[in-house]
Amino acid sequence: MTPAADTVLHFDQVAITLGGRQILSPVDLSIRRGEFVCVIGPSGCGKTTLLRAAAGFVAPSGGSVQRQGKAITGPSREVAFVFQDYGRALLPWRTVQANVSLALEAAQVPAAERPGRIARVLQTVGLGAHADKFPAQLSGGMQQRVQIARCLAQQPDVMLMDEPFGALDAMTRETLQDELARLVREEGLTVMFVTHDLEEALYLGDRVIALRSNPTAALPSLAALIEVPLPQPRDQLSTKEHPEFLRLRRELYHYLGH
Amino acid sequence: MRALVFPAALLVALELWARTTGQGSDAIAPPSAAVLAFGGALMDGSLLEATAFTLGSAALGLLIGALGGLLLGTLLGLSRRAGQWGYLSVEVARPIPSVALIPLAMLVFGFGLRMEVSVVAFACLWPMLVLTQAAVLQVEPRLLEVARALQLSPLQRFAWIVGPAIVPRLFVALRLGVAIALVVAVTVEIAANPHGMGYAMMIAQQSLDPALMLAWLAWIGVVGYAINVGALALQRWVARRMGEQTA
Repeated sequence: MTPAADTVLHFDQVAITLGGRQILSPVDLSIRRGEFVCVIGPSGCGKTTLLRAAAGFVAPSGGSVQRQGKAITGPSREVAFVFQDYGRALLPWRTVQANVSLALEAAQVPAAERPGRIARVLQTVGLGAHADKFPAQLSGGMQQRVQIARCLAQQPDVMLMDEPFGALDAMTRETLQDELARLVREEGLTVMFVTHDLEEALYLGDRVIALRSNPTAALPSLAALIEVPLPQPRDQLSTKEHPEFLRLRRELYHYLGH
Repeated sequence: MRALVFPAALLVALELWARTTGQGSDAIAPPSAAVLAFGGALMDGSLLEATAFTLGSAALGLLIGALGGLLLGTLLGLSRRAGQWGYLSVEVARPIPSVALIPLAMLVFGFGLRMEVSVVAFACLWPMLVLTQAAVLQVEPRLLEVARALQLSPLQRFAWIVGPAIVPRLFVALRLGVAIALVVAVTVEIAANPHGMGYAMMIAQQSLDPALMLAWLAWIGVVGYAINVGALALQRWVARRMGEQTA
């Protein structure tokens, strides 16, 4: 399968075996520029592994992941990765702005340019007033915003998010979902988003793919791939009451292992 | 204030005992006599000179030993292969009592500063090495993944991630090193080196001057306490600067 011209991320028959166990049977998937793709599935179905392959953290045992037409061989600053455990992914000894600065220092952005760019991304995620605080002084939701800000500062081609809101309380999660949706619209981000929350996947995604655990030849990893034709911008109340939302929720429900 | 009650009572009891039944003892002098002897040593400059020598060699030895331990420990922690290769050498060399090195150090360096510094450095090297290695191995794996995701070079990874991450544990190692350095420096002076506070105390003992001997003993205790308080204050200051990740 040849990917279309605006494809950012292309999974070409990607299979992954870890420790003798087949985690993923060949997966074919293309993610277009500006697209928001959510990955759902039961625990242990390999959704995080698929994301880590896209980040270049794990090498596929078969097939290849391509970014902009080139096979991924290792991590790249063009790809930003948002970890679920924000508390461990931030440098506790650096302030909020210094944490964001890490991405700019890594990319060798001149020191004179950094303060402006840091201020801009912190403004974008609503942390403008907390630049000088340390992560431990912030709530979980704010810490995750710092991590997202650091990833935005990379100006990545694609943002990979591994259950980024999974550890947050329901209210904070909804707030951050709305903020992420706005960010993606405004910045034109391309996102691959892993979650085990079906409603979150439908609420955020342009497309949702469902993976199944213990894939076989007859029942491959990729269990379903659906478009989410819900209007943008979405809204926590009206979108989640939309008949199409409810229909898709019902259709995908059993893919989560229920 | 309450913490001072017990030592004060002990001093008074010692004074009473030394002035009554213990009169004429070659081992115990009344604290008041020790204070007088201390004043004498302070006035004739021997106190300052001996203290400076002991602290100087302890500090220099600690610096050399700590730097060596930090470097080797980081290497052994970062590289799995270096860790495997170095394991046996470290485990064989580490249990050698540092004072057992005095004869060798005397042959190589003779009496004086260098001999004492070398023994102190040897004593401080091992705890620093082992604790640094352990600290490097315990750096949050997620942070190393962040370093990978940002394509940091090995040098950047050390300077920005591993180095700052091990600082709290290094302070534990450093405070341990400070205590070891002082103990070993005084021991070397008592056993062999004719300089410093340990030697001064030995001379007082050999000239049957228990007052001066006790004065030195108490002074060494006070110096050790002051150094520990200083190290703790430095640790707290650094911790505050680094977002208070250590209590």
